[in-house]
Amino acid sequence: MSELYDRLREAIQDERPVALATVIEGHNAGAKLVVEPDGDVIGTLGHPELDRIVSRDAVGELAAGRTGVRHYGAEGQARETDVSVFIESFSPPPIMIVFGAVDFTAALVRAGKLLGFNVIVADARSVFATVKRFPMADRVMVAWPDEVFDHYGDRLGPHDAVCILTHDPKFDVPAVRRAVATDVGYIGVMGSRRTHATRLDRLHEVGVDQKGIDRLMAPIGLDIGSRTPEETAISVCAEIIANRTGHAAPSLRDSEGPIHRPPAEG
Amino acid sequence: MKEILADLDAWRAEGRQVALARVVNVEGSGPRDPGAAMAVSDNGDVIGSVSGGCVEGAVVGEALDILETGERRMVSFGYSDDEAFAVGLTCGGTIHLFIEPLDW
Repeated sequence: MSELYDRLREAIQDERPVALATVIEGHNAGAKLVVEPDGDVIGTLGHPELDRIVSRDAVGELAAGRTGVRHYGAEGQARETDVSVFIESFSPPPIMIVFGAVDFTAALVRAGKLLGFNVIVADARSVFATVKRFPMADRVMVAWPDEVFDHYGDRLGPHDAVCILTHDPKFDVPAVRRAVATDVGYIGVMGSRRTHATRLDRLHEVGVDQKGIDRLMAPIGLDIGSRTPEETAISVCAEIIANRTGHAAPSLRDSEGPIHRPPAEG
Repeated sequence: MKEILADLDAWRAEGRQVALARVVNVEGSGPRDPGAAMAVSDNGDVIGSVSGGCVEGAVVGEALDILETGERRMVSFGYSDDEAFAVGLTCGGTIHLFIEPLDW
């Protein structure tokens, strides 16, 4: 009886993408399909052709990360509305990779977890990149950026984030170079405006083009006057949200002057 | 629904009857997106949420009724409904829920 639920739960727990299609109006309300991206399907909505069409649509919705209601004829016909099907996409948690095991990292890991990210901390220095320092991280890697991107690069998409906090050119130049070669939705790079200006020269030297440079949110974060690691983590996470939703927010990249200026009077 | 899976598992292990309410559609300004879910057990315990707290009370009533009758159905809450004066969304939108027994 609970085969559908069990299959759904297993996929979600294993962090595999899965869609649940439920008839919510029309014949067979409550009938369900559990659909995996490879087209593996269990359940039925009551008609084989409807099952086939809805499964196909569910795979598409899953790929796009969409959840919503679609309408069909009783046998899956388009432009008919006999049957309403709620297709719910369950995607694995988005990934946040934080480069640099620095003061700001622990707070950003916590804020990233709050937003539901699968958070990976990476630093080449084994003394700093420890589970003990970042107990909330899903993974702590003692690694150079190349190794991290060899492992995660292909998986990164519009909902994922790369935050480069090292402000050490040895580390952040290769991290940026590899990050802009992925489809990751957000790339934030920490450092003062002056640091970033010299960083840009190095990035040009290693072949990062203007299109890549334009993707960088640097200095990282929204211009909300944050100072502490925790406040900075909030400003970075808020920028990640604004970046994903396309809403206007006061990014430091788009303003001028000191990042840490005295509070406004009044 | 992800957030309530662990609790759902526990309820199922205890053999509780459970009704699942999911937001399937939102018109206008709604507090939670499609996919937001809450569940109600046969003794009235609640996990999850489908709005900012505006309609949860009414959903519990519907869910307990559905557990009794076994009839899954769509339930809508919105400012334009008559019922909105009793339980509506403060944000002015309309949400459509599908509520059903978790018997699958």
